[in-house]
Amino acid sequence: MEIYADNAATTKMSKTARDAMINCMDEYYGNPSSLYTIGQLAAARLSAARETVAACINASPKEIYFTSGGSEADNQAIISAAEFGRKKNKKHIVSTAFEHHAVLHTLMKLERQGFEVTYLDVHENGVVTADEVNAAIREDTILVTIMYANNEIGTIQPIKEIGAVCRERGVWFHTDAVQAAGHINIDVAGQNIDMLSISAHKFHGPKGIGALYARKGVPLTNIIEGGAQEKGKRAGTENLPAIVSMAAALKEACGNIETNAEKITALREKLIEGLKKIPHSRLNGDRYIRLPGTVNFCFEGIEGESLLLLLDAKGISASSGSACTSGSLDPSHVLLSLGLPHEVAHGSLRLSINEFNTDEEMEYIIKSVSEVVEYLRNMSPVWEDLTTGKKEFYFE
Amino acid sequence: MLYSEKVMDHFQNPRNVGKMEDADGIGEVGNAKCGDIMKMYIKVNDGIITDVKFNTFGCGSAIASSSMATEMIKGKPLEEALEITNKAVVEALDGLPAHKVHCSVLAEEAIKAAIEDYYSKHGKE
Repeated sequence: MEIYADNAATTKMSKTARDAMINCMDEYYGNPSSLYTIGQLAAARLSAARETVAACINASPKEIYFTSGGSEADNQAIISAAEFGRKKNKKHIVSTAFEHHAVLHTLMKLERQGFEVTYLDVHENGVVTADEVNAAIREDTILVTIMYANNEIGTIQPIKEIGAVCRERGVWFHTDAVQAAGHINIDVAGQNIDMLSISAHKFHGPKGIGALYARKGVPLTNIIEGGAQEKGKRAGTENLPAIVSMAAALKEACGNIETNAEKITALREKLIEGLKKIPHSRLNGDRYIRLPGTVNFCFEGIEGESLLLLLDAKGISASSGSACTSGSLDPSHVLLSLGLPHEVAHGSLRLSINEFNTDEEMEYIIKSVSEVVEYLRNMSPVWEDLTTGKKEFYFE
Repeated sequence: MLYSEKVMDHFQNPRNVGKMEDADGIGEVGNAKCGDIMKMYIKVNDGIITDVKFNTFGCGSAIASSSMATEMIKGKPLEEALEITNKAVVEALDGLPAHKVHCSVLAEEAIKAAIEDYYSKHGKE
């Protein structure tokens, strides 16, 4: 059995997105900046795509800037706020400890340039509160940047409440909505969001394309210089096939949001109930305030990479926050931010499912994970120490 | 692929995996915080390692390195086993990715720790 359960990493392109891309490459190859008809036909496709993307998040088309993906959008949003802050002598930013590295590394760069960042605690359940955001905002705060939903554990943040706090306090609010877009409803106007990042390949669109929403009146700073594209805020000939494809994918995803969420949530619940039965394991992040398809577990006494490799051998594609998969000696910063000790965080497994998964696949995953965890525990000296009482279990 | 065929073979079909109740020497190295612990058990007769077992908590390359190390010392005199380096383990596995070389270091350390434990319990000669 082949089961792709790593949709938070990337998704397979939908037929709609693929057809839109191919049609654009065949029929609209002109440069949207060119004056002649072929160019203007391409420009019309670009405008239509911008309108589609805007409509999906309740923004105006003028507020959508196409980028190379979520990381670029995050970088540009934060750097734009920082530049504005510099002019106003405001050098404080509020964020959380478990943001994506596209946000965290940009913030660290700003810290080296004299900015101060408050990283809010995300608690054991992986959810911050609007009150905590409110308490962290200072006179010199320029930006609050908090992700819509976490990429590793899937917990959803109280975006509307945070948006209201930021608006009231006169602070810009950016949210990295890369995991949320196309999966849960986004309303930038209703949620008082000033800037928002999305990435097409997380909702069955192509890789290498994303968008930054910036509310009218938010001045953007260029990351890429060189042309008048995207209202002069992002140079470079537009990747029209990818843009058109992203718009088609987002429209399709948003059109099916309720149906898909219902279906995926049911699969997710089955998966959680099955995996919970493995002794000394725990679901990471709040039980219910989470994306429909993201499940993250820790299993005591084992290490995540060996778990992934053995699951791969059984046809299951998943991911882990262990050090070995992060390429450093530390396990995932997201799991550590929940207060998990290093040795427990090493034994994590993320399964991110979608509307194409089935009940039968969930059963196969539960069976396979249970077998592999038991096998690895049997050869683990840590498990031996835990079962012989030399070390204490962290989870019951 | 991240790993060589040899690494995958030793990871998926580890040799000498398990515990040993009557071991003459036991070495445990690494720490769970960093994500790798190896425990090696040896049985010694007339200065020769007659049997060896291991238990490992760690990634694919940690398990494969442990497995390979046990094969390399089984049947060897203690002095020869002490001379096995992490580099020899890496070579026997047809290489490890650069950020996984520390797993082979742990394997070398586990062999040395098990032999030292044997010496401390039974004397050097």
